[in-house]
Amino acid sequence: MATTTPTAPPVPAARTVPRRRTRKSGWWLPYALLAPAVVLEVFIHLVPMLTGIWMSFTQLTRFFIRDWTSAPFVGLRNYQVALDVDGAVGRALLSSFGITCAYTVLVVGISWSLGMAAAVALQRPFRSRALFRTLFLVPYALPVYAGIVTWNFMLQRDNGVINHLLVEDLGVMQDKPFWLIGGRAFASIVIVAIWRMWPFAFLMLTAGLQSVPDDVYEAAAMDGAHAFRSWWSITLPMLRPVNLVLVLVMFLWVFNDFNTPYVLFGTAQPAAGDLISFHIYNASFLTWNFGAGAAMSVLLLLFLLLVTGTYLIALNRRSRRA
Amino acid sequence: MHDTRAFKTFRAAVIVVLAAVTALPLYIMVTSSLKPLQDVRGAFSWWPSTITFQPFIDMWTTVPLARYFVNSLVVSSAATIASLVIAIFASYAVSRYRFRGRSVFTTTVLSTQMFPGVLFLLPLFIIFVNIEQGTGFQFVGTRIGLVITYLTFSLPFSIWMLSGYLDNIPQELDEAARVDGCSPVGALLRVVLPAARPGVIAVAIYAFMTAWGEVLFASVMTTEANRTLAVGIRQYSTQTNVYWNEIMAASLVVSIPVVIGFLLLQRHFVAGLTAGAVK
Repeated sequence: MATTTPTAPPVPAARTVPRRRTRKSGWWLPYALLAPAVVLEVFIHLVPMLTGIWMSFTQLTRFFIRDWTSAPFVGLRNYQVALDVDGAVGRALLSSFGITCAYTVLVVGISWSLGMAAAVALQRPFRSRALFRTLFLVPYALPVYAGIVTWNFMLQRDNGVINHLLVEDLGVMQDKPFWLIGGRAFASIVIVAIWRMWPFAFLMLTAGLQSVPDDVYEAAAMDGAHAFRSWWSITLPMLRPVNLVLVLVMFLWVFNDFNTPYVLFGTAQPAAGDLISFHIYNASFLTWNFGAGAAMSVLLLLFLLLVTGTYLIALNRRSRRA
Repeated sequence: MHDTRAFKTFRAAVIVVLAAVTALPLYIMVTSSLKPLQDVRGAFSWWPSTITFQPFIDMWTTVPLARYFVNSLVVSSAATIASLVIAIFASYAVSRYRFRGRSVFTTTVLSTQMFPGVLFLLPLFIIFVNIEQGTGFQFVGTRIGLVITYLTFSLPFSIWMLSGYLDNIPQELDEAARVDGCSPVGALLRVVLPAARPGVIAVAIYAFMTAWGEVLFASVMTTEANRTLAVGIRQYSTQTNVYWNEIMAASLVVSIPVVIGFLLLQRHFVAGLTAGAVK
C-alpha cells in the first residue's frame, strides 16, 4: 500500500517518443504554469512573513506605520520582553500559550473521536442516512461568523437557551451562570469550536472510508471478528493516510484559531478564552506595538514548525521501520 | 452482511446525540429570526410568542446589510474564479511534469498553510499601506485587496487537492489528445479538465467558502466602503440595542447560499478530498 509517502510521485506511464521530444523543447512550460501561483504566494505570504521577522527586531509603533523603515532597531528586546515570564507581557503570553495548548488538545481529540464515531455509524447504508450525513455537515458549511454568533446568543446569561435548558428545563443548576465571562468561558469556547470542527473530521473520514472495500469486512465477519475488532484491525489501519493529514491540519487550524474567540467574545475577551492568535492580535492592534506583536508571531511560528517537524520526522521513522 | 444489534445500538446513540447537538443552534437561529424583539430580549422561550417576519425586513435597514452582501459576493466570486484558474494550471504542472524545484514548490506552498494568520497580517497591512503611498494604488479598504489576499488563502489546499485528483486521471488521456494535435495547455483545457470536473467543483466550493467566511483579515483590511458580511454582521450588536432576532435573520440569510451550495455539491467535495488525501 502506497500510504506512507503521501507525496510520492505516481509511477510515470510508459513514455512515448513524441512526449519526450516536447518535454525537451518545452522545459519552461511547468514553470510558466506555476508562475501565477508562485508570484501570489510570494507576494502575500513569503514577503510579509520575512517583513514580519524583520519587524520583530524593531520598535514599530503607530508613529512609524507610514514610514516603517525608520522604526528604531532594538535587536532581541521584543523577544526578551515576550519570553520574560516575570514581566506582565511574558506572563500573559505564557498563560495564553497554555490555554491554547489545552484548547487544541481538547478540540482536536474530541472532534476526531466524534467524526470517527459518526463516519463509522454512517458507513453502511440505512434509511435516512443521507439526511443525517447532510445535517452533520451543516456546521462546517455555515460561515464561521453565522454559526458562532448564534452560539454567542445561546450562551447569553439571561436570554440564552443554554441557561434556560440547564436551569429551567433540566434543573441541573440553581443559578444562571455566566458563560462568556469568567472561568466558564473556556468550556464555552471549546464546545463551540468542537461543534464547528468535528464535521470536518467526519467529512474527511467518510471520504477515507469510501476507499475501504466492503469485502475486507465480509472476510473479517466470516472470521468471527466483531464490530470493534474489525474497526481496530481493519478500519483504523486503512484510514492511516487520512488520519495523518487530518490530525496535522486540524492541529494547525485549531492552534491558530482566531475566529472562534473573536466572534464569540468580541472585544470583551475573558482571560480563560485568550487564545494565542487572538492574544497577539490584541497585543498588536490595541497597543499599536507591531514590533512586539511580530516577535510573538515569530515565536508562535517557531513552535508550530517544531511540532510539525517532529510529527513528520516521527512518522517517517515509523513508516520506514514498518 | 447483517448489522449486529450492538452496532445498531451504537449507531442510534451516536446519531441521536450528534443530531441534537448539531441541530440545536440551527433551531435557535431559525426560531429566533421569527421572534419579535421582546421575545429575544427577555427570558428564553422555545417558541415565538407571535411569529413575525419583521426581522427579515428590518435587518436591511438597521445596518446596510445589502451593501455588505454585495461586497462579500463580489469579493468571494472573484477570489474563487482567480484561485481556480491559478490552481488548475499549477496542479497540472505538479501532476504531469517532473521538473527541478517541484518538491520545493509543493512543500513551500503547503507549509504556508501553517503560518499563523497574525504573522503576516500586520506586515501585509503595512506593505499595502506603503504601496498605496508609493504608487497611489489602493489595497486597504478596496475589494481588489481582499480578492488578492483571499485567493492565496485557498490556493495551497486547492493545488494539493486538485493535483491529487489529476493524478488519478490516466495520462493516456492527455497523450491521446496530444497525438490528435493538442498543445499541452489545449490537452489540459479540452480533455483533462472535463474529466476532473468533480475535483474542480470541490476546489471551487472550498475557495468560495474560505473567502465568504474569512474574519481576521476582513477585520483589518476593510473600511465602510468594502466591508464584508463577516465584519458587517457584528454591527447589529454595537448599536445601543442588541437586535438578536435581526442578527439571527441576517445569519440565516447569509448562510443559505453557501450551505445549499455546499450540501448540493458535497458529493464532489468528498470525491475531491478522497483523491487528495488517499493518494
